[in-house]
Amino acid sequence: MTADNAKATTSRRMPMPTPETQHFWDGTLEGELRLQRCDDCAHTYFPPRPFCPKCASRSVQIAVASGRATLHACVINHRPGPGFDEPHSIAVVELEEGPRMMSNIVDCEQTHDALPLDMPLEVTFEQLSDTIALPLFKPATSTEVAS
Amino acid sequence: MKRGSVAVVGAAETTEMGKIPSLSTIGLHADAALNAMADAGLSPSDIDGVATAGISPTDLAHYLGITPTYADGTAVGGCSFMLHVRHAAAAINEGLCTTVLITHGESGRSGVGVGRRGANATSLSSQFEAPYGPMGPPTLFTLPWTRYAHEYGASTVDLANVAVTQRAWAAHNPRAKFRDPITVDDVLNAKMIADPFTMLLCCLVTDGGGALILTSADRAKDFPQKPAYILGTGESVETPMVSQMADFTSSSAFTVSGAKAFAEAEIAHGDVDHLMIYDAFAHLPIFGLEDLGFVGKGEAPAFIADGHTAMGGSLPMNTNGGGLSYMHSGMYGMYALQESVRQIRGIAPAQVDGVEIAVSHGVGGMFGASGTIIFGASA
Repeated sequence: MTADNAKATTSRRMPMPTPETQHFWDGTLEGELRLQRCDDCAHTYFPPRPFCPKCASRSVQIAVASGRATLHACVINHRPGPGFDEPHSIAVVELEEGPRMMSNIVDCEQTHDALPLDMPLEVTFEQLSDTIALPLFKPATSTEVAS
Repeated sequence: MKRGSVAVVGAAETTEMGKIPSLSTIGLHADAALNAMADAGLSPSDIDGVATAGISPTDLAHYLGITPTYADGTAVGGCSFMLHVRHAAAAINEGLCTTVLITHGESGRSGVGVGRRGANATSLSSQFEAPYGPMGPPTLFTLPWTRYAHEYGASTVDLANVAVTQRAWAAHNPRAKFRDPITVDDVLNAKMIADPFTMLLCCLVTDGGGALILTSADRAKDFPQKPAYILGTGESVETPMVSQMADFTSSSAFTVSGAKAFAEAEIAHGDVDHLMIYDAFAHLPIFGLEDLGFVGKGEAPAFIADGHTAMGGSLPMNTNGGGLSYMHSGMYGMYALQESVRQIRGIAPAQVDGVEIAVSHGVGGMFGASGTIIFGASA
């Protein structure tokens, strides 16, 4: 829960899981960032799908990510929107395992000065409802990285 | 497609442009279509192929009283019309039809006759992008630029140079929405939308439309207008989620589409006299110049700053003022094609001397899709 979001007068758009993505959202409720890895070619991928996007193998399994990432790209959105009243980051993070995902960077100033690209990040989860927890990222702290 | 085998023989935009509260979406399609048919000296009964995006080809054919033997509803965003041209050329060559009408109309500003957009909450972008608060293309399409700037040491001034250069072109275009000159400081100090993108680095939102009519090159010379021959075509798609682009400094859809078009046309980059690159945002021409191969990676900002794309430059680009200054109803690709045809015909408001080869490059979604059409003054 971030201070910024606590102030928001509206709610974020809520994701609606499908059978192919349910494991991901089950994972975030348990504090896990679940990627998938191919048994045949070892490719680790996101977003979820029940086959490998690299070799089309259906033999894939869940691979829990470390939660460590770096900031790959980021804009500061100045337009109010669902869940946000104040300027906020819209970022793409690159996970240690390779895949990239969109997120918000929280627990720091929402400025480019505070959000240099390639900065180390770590995952955190915001509970949006009984069934959805959203993965967000915050600046890495050396003591918390080894989880 | 076979190089030079098909040509544009009718081309027109809507009678008015900008704010058109008197016409709904389909009305804008029809206004542009009627203008294009008048341009080509044709009536609906002469048209046996239809293609459009935004509305269905069924809507279009019924509204205009056309009974087609070919219908294309390819809808991949703003470059859909480049793909329609490509598919129409193939269809004409294959004998599926003889004369194809391609239309665009969008009440982007006034919102007349626009259906409610129902986002599919279960789509991957709804699950994995929408919760983070993006407010449309300004907050998504812009993300790759920040990586590009980081990798190549580019700055927001490089973006501003694009907007300033295109405003200078728009000053010559009486139909352009914004015609007053602007400076780099004006751009940098404009209202912030998605830092680092200010309002003047984002496209307009206007009403308008356009239509094209294509037929075989054999028939083209019998029409009243100078034909714009199709020399090369390309298309590709990459991802519906900008966060999943393979390379944030280069669009796969751009490189695949562009390379295909140049190979078909059998031309070198130095042969190109005029260039349109769909500019929904100011970084698009930078990505386009590099991904189409006109300059090397990281070189487009200096190329633009040095005036190569401005009036009198070696590669005049976005000479109508572009989506940043001319108009942008939502799917701008049609207007890029219209300007290419005008330049080939020699009738553009800011006409470039002796245009023999014109390239029109479009984007769909947020670097999600692409289409490239290369026009020639001769087959």
